[in-house]
Amino acid sequence: MLLKRLSEAFGPSGYEGEVRDLLTQELETCVSNWRRDALGNLIAVKTGTRGPKVMLAAHMDECGLMISFIDKSGLLRFRKVGGLDDRILVSKHVVIGSKRVAGVIGAKAIHLQKPAERNQVISLNDLYIDIGAKSKEEAEKMVKLGDYAVFATEFGYLSDTAVKGKSFDDRAGCAVLAEVLREDYAFTLYGAFTVQEEIGLRGAGVAAYALEPDFAVVLEGTTCNDVPGSEEHGYSTTMGGGPAITVMDASVVSDRRLVGELERLARENNIPVQYKRSITGGSDAGRINQTKGGIPVVVVSVPCRYIHSPVSMLSLRDFDHTIQLIKLFLRSVEGGFML
Amino acid sequence: MVEATGVSGYEGSVGKVIHEVFAAQTDQVTTDTLGNVISLKRGEGENRAKVMLAAHMDEIGLMVTKIEEKGFLRFISIGGVDQRTLVAQEVRVHGRRDLIGVIGMKPPHLLTPEDADKAIKMEDMVIDLGLTEEEVKAVVAVGDLVTVNRNLIPLSGDFVAAKALDDRAAVAAIYHCLSELCRMRHTADVYAVATVQEEVGSRGALVSAYHVQPDIGIAIDVCHGEMPGVPEQYTAPLGKGPSVALGANIHPKVYERLTELAKEHNIPFAIDPIPGPTGTDAWTMQVTRAGIPTGLVSIPLRYMHTSVETLSINDIKLTGRLLAYFVASVDRKFVEGLLCY
Repeated sequence: MLLKRLSEAFGPSGYEGEVRDLLTQELETCVSNWRRDALGNLIAVKTGTRGPKVMLAAHMDECGLMISFIDKSGLLRFRKVGGLDDRILVSKHVVIGSKRVAGVIGAKAIHLQKPAERNQVISLNDLYIDIGAKSKEEAEKMVKLGDYAVFATEFGYLSDTAVKGKSFDDRAGCAVLAEVLREDYAFTLYGAFTVQEEIGLRGAGVAAYALEPDFAVVLEGTTCNDVPGSEEHGYSTTMGGGPAITVMDASVVSDRRLVGELERLARENNIPVQYKRSITGGSDAGRINQTKGGIPVVVVSVPCRYIHSPVSMLSLRDFDHTIQLIKLFLRSVEGGFML
Repeated sequence: MVEATGVSGYEGSVGKVIHEVFAAQTDQVTTDTLGNVISLKRGEGENRAKVMLAAHMDEIGLMVTKIEEKGFLRFISIGGVDQRTLVAQEVRVHGRRDLIGVIGMKPPHLLTPEDADKAIKMEDMVIDLGLTEEEVKAVVAVGDLVTVNRNLIPLSGDFVAAKALDDRAAVAAIYHCLSELCRMRHTADVYAVATVQEEVGSRGALVSAYHVQPDIGIAIDVCHGEMPGVPEQYTAPLGKGPSVALGANIHPKVYERLTELAKEHNIPFAIDPIPGPTGTDAWTMQVTRAGIPTGLVSIPLRYMHTSVETLSINDIKLTGRLLAYFVASVDRKFVEGLLCY
C-alpha cells in the first residue's frame, strides 16, 4: 500500500530524498515528465491540450529532529525540525539518518524523581538520544552532526477502516495526490510534491512561481481533535466525517468559488465533507496564494488525529473520499469549470 | 521475553515463555498458585544445599477503568508509571484479542502556550483504538491490561532497548547461569524462579521462597545505569558488569563470596551500597520463614520504567556467569557458616 510506504519513508524537512525517490518510482509511468527545482520539490507534469493549468500540491516533509551535539559519553543532543511538542519525545524509539541508526529517548527513572517532577515538562535541554554508543568516538562512527532523526513507527491497521502510522501530515496528502495522478486529464496538471512545509511553507512558493498555475488545490493531512477533553467546537475536524475543506487558516483564505465547486460535487455525489473548524496553523496554500500576482487556492484535507506526534491515525473512508472528491473536481475542470 | 506480556498479577503469557525456557535447562518446572515459575536443577551428591535465584517477570502497565463514549478508554497504572512517558505512545490493549491503540494528544496547532508548559495528567489521557464504541465493547472490558507496544530495539554494539527489561533481563541472566552450570560441577540444588508481582510489592518472591525454603536466596534485578542528570553515586556504568549490593538486606558472607568470585574469575562489577530496603525480591526473601541469607546482583539499566529501558547484553551474560560461579561454590559448609556471626 502506497500510504504505508510513504508513512514509513524517512523525510524530515530539508531531507526529503527518500520520499522523492519513492514517488518518482511509483509514478514513473503516469507522468509526462518530471521537474525538480533547487529546493528539491518534485513536480509531476501531466501535459494536456486544453483548459487551465492546475496545480495540486502535497508536502513530502515531516517533523523530526536534527543531531546538534555528541557528548563525551556518546549521547546525542538534538534540535527539533518543525513544530513538535516537547512532551511527546520522552520514551520513544527514533531512527537517525537514512541508514536508520536506532536510538531511544529515555527519561530519568521514576524512582529517582521527586513527586513534583512528574508534573513538570522535561525540557528539550534535558533530553538526548541514546544509540548505545559508549563514547563520542563510537557514536561518530554511526552518526554525524546535522544528521536527521524521525520516529520509528510502523504503519498498521487498527480496523478495516482505521490505520495508524507516522507523518500522515502530509504523507496522506502525498498518497491522495499520487492516486489522482494515475489518471489522465485533458488539461495540464502539475502534481507538486513540495519540501520544507513544516519549517515555514518554503517549498510550495517557489514551485508555484515556476509553474504559474491558474489555480491550485493543496492536499493535507490536517488536525483532528475529536477526542475526550476537547469541546466539540474545538475538534477542528472529525475523523470519519469526510474530507475537510479549509475556508480559512492562519495562512490563507480559500477561494470561495473553489470551495463552492467542491461542495457541489460532494453533495451531488453523496460524498461526506466537512469544514476545517479551526484557523490556527498554516499550509502551503498560504504561499501559493501569494505567489506572483496571486493564485486562487483551496485546501482539502484528510482528518488525522495526533499529527506532529510519533503516531497519527486516519480513516481510510476519509482518505478514499478525498481521492474521489479530487478526481471529481478534476473531471469538472475538464468539463469546463473555470474561475 | 520482553515482547511478551506480563503486567503484575497477570504474568500468564510471559510465564509460559519462561516455563519453556527453564524446562529445557532444568530437571523440573512448576508454576505455583500465584503464577511463579519455579524450576529445579539438581546438584550432585547427598545432603545438598538449596540456592534460590529469583528474578521477577512482571512488568509495569496500565489497566482499563472505563470505556468512554465513542470508544475511548480511561486507565490507571499498575506499578510505578511516569505519566510523562505515556504521551503519544502506541499501546497494546489486551482484550479478548490484542488491539493496537494510541495515547493521543492535542496537536501543537491547537495548543495554548500555557497548555504546553504542563505535564499531561494520566487522568486526562485516553487510549484511542480507532474503533467505534460497539467494536471496542465487543473486545475490551474494564479491567483489561494495557502495555506499551514495543519490540526489542538493537542499539550499537551489545546495547538493546525495550520495555520490561526490568526485570526480564534478570530472568535472562538466570538462563545464562543455568547454561553455564550445565558445564560446571555443582553440589547445590538450584531453584531458578521467575517471580510475579514484584512491581506491586514483591509478593511472588515471598510465597515462592516459602515454598522452596532455600538455604540462600539471590535476587537478580536491575539498578540505575549512569545517565546525565542523575548523580553518579546512584548509578552504575553500563557494559562494565553487574552491581553487587551490600547492606542490611544482604548477608555479609554472601556479598563477600560474590565479590571474591568476581575478582577470581575476572568478572568486572560495581559495588552497590544500599543501607535500607533494596526494593527487590531480596527484601521479602530475607524475612521468609525463619529468615534466609540473601544476596542481590543487579544489571545496570538506564531509563527504568520507561518503554525504552536500555542495557548491555554483555552485562546480562556476566551476571549469569557470576551467579554460576556462586552456585558452584556453595556447599554445606558455606551454608552452615552463614549462621556464624
